[in-house]
Amino acid sequence: MCLSIPAKIISIEGNKARVSLGGAEINAALHLIDDAQVGDYILLHSGFAIQKIDEKEAMETIRLLKEIGREGQEP
Amino acid sequence: MRFIDEYYDTSLIEPLLRSIKKISKKEVRFMEVCGGHTMAIRKFGLPSLLPENIRLLSGPGCPVCVTDRWFIDKAIALARMPGNIITTFGDLVRVPGSSSTLEKEKANGADIRIVYSPLDALALAKEFPEKNIIFLGIGFETTSPAVAVTVANAKKEHLTNFSLLSSHKIMPPAMKAIIHEGIKIDGYICPGHVSTITGPEMYREIVGKYGLGCVISGFEPTDLLQTILMLVDQVESGKPKLEIQYKRAVKPDGNLKAKKIMAEVFETCDDWWRGFGIIPESGLSLNKKYKPFDAGEFFNFNEVPKPEEDKACICGEILKGLKTPAECLLFRIKCNPGNPVGACMVSSEGACHAYYKYQG
Repeated sequence: MCLSIPAKIISIEGNKARVSLGGAEINAALHLIDDAQVGDYILLHSGFAIQKIDEKEAMETIRLLKEIGREGQEP
Repeated sequence: MRFIDEYYDTSLIEPLLRSIKKISKKEVRFMEVCGGHTMAIRKFGLPSLLPENIRLLSGPGCPVCVTDRWFIDKAIALARMPGNIITTFGDLVRVPGSSSTLEKEKANGADIRIVYSPLDALALAKEFPEKNIIFLGIGFETTSPAVAVTVANAKKEHLTNFSLLSSHKIMPPAMKAIIHEGIKIDGYICPGHVSTITGPEMYREIVGKYGLGCVISGFEPTDLLQTILMLVDQVESGKPKLEIQYKRAVKPDGNLKAKKIMAEVFETCDDWWRGFGIIPESGLSLNKKYKPFDAGEFFNFNEVPKPEEDKACICGEILKGLKTPAECLLFRIKCNPGNPVGACMVSSEGACHAYYKYQG
C-alpha cells in the first residue's frame, strides 16, 4: 500500500508532471514537492510525487555497501 | 530501473551477509511494520539467508490488513445507496466485509471505481455533479498527504458532491502498542515511505523510552540487509539508536510540505486496528474546517451493525507477530488468495499472502 516507485520527470505543466516509470509514461501530481525539475527522479505514490530522490545519498549508500564488501574480504 | 537495480547487486549482498554472520551472536527478533517490507523480505527469501539466531517478524504494517471490517460494511452500505459512486484504491475491493465485498457489490451493479490517484475522484465529482462521489481513504502517512491535497482542492473548488470515508492511520501508536502488549522484539525495521513523509523524529521516543533500535529501511535486498546489519550492530554493542538506512528518500525533516497539508486537513482520533482494538490517537479524521467533506456527516451509519471478527481467523495475532501464517488452521486450506478469509490474505502486502506466495 505504501509502495512508492522511482520515476523520472519528463515534462512539467503547473502542478502536473509526466513521468517515466521504467519506460511507461504516466501522470504525477507535484503538490507535495518543491522545485521539481525535468530529469529529476521522484518517488511516485498514489499518483503523487512524495519526495525527490537524493542522487548523492543514493551513491553514498552504494559506496558504503562496497566498503562493507571490501572489509568482508579482509582476513 | 534506476535507483532499484543497483540495490540488487549480488556482489554487495554476499559481503553484507558475511558481515551480519560475523557480528551476530545474540538471539534477536526484529519487526518490520511496513507491508512493503513484509513482501520484500519474503520475496527475496531473506529469512533463509540469515543466521538462525535472527528472526524477522511481521507487524501491523499493511493498511488493508488492519482496517476494521466495519469500515468495509459502511463502504458497502454507501455503495448500495442510489446516486453514490464509490472510488477506491484497488487494494480494498476484495477485502471481506461481514457478508460481501466491494468487488461483489460492483458485480451486482453498484458504481464502484478503482482510481489511480485520489484526484481522479475529484475529476469524477466534476463530471457527475448529480452524483455523490465518495473516496475510501485508507493508508498510513505515505498516503494521507495525497488525500489531504484532494480534500483541500475539493474545498477550494467548492465541490459539494465529494466526500471522504477515512480510515487513515498513523504508525507510531501501533508501534508503541506492540511494546505495551509485551511482544518481545529487539528492534524495529522502520517503514521507509512513511518516514519519507514524517522524517525520523517520530521514532525517537521508541528508542529513548523503550530502548529499542529503530532503523528506517529501503525496500531492495541490499537495503534490508544493511538495515539488519545496522540493527544487529546496535544490539551487539548494547547501543540502541535511531538511524536512517534509506537516506536517498528520507530527509531529517521528512517532507515538510506534505506534513503541512496533513496538519491543515486532518486531526488525530482514536481508531480501531485489527488485532489490537482501539488504539488512542492512532487514526486521522477530517478536522472541523473540513468536516463538510466527511462522509460520516451526511450518511447515517446507524443501521450498519458493528460486525464480529471471524473467530477461526488469526489475522489479529499474526499482525502482532505472535503467530505465523503457518500456525493458522485456515491457512492454505480454507484461506488462500483465491478465497481469502482474513485481510492478511487479501492484500499482496499481507503476511499470509506473502507466505503463501513465496514460502512454498
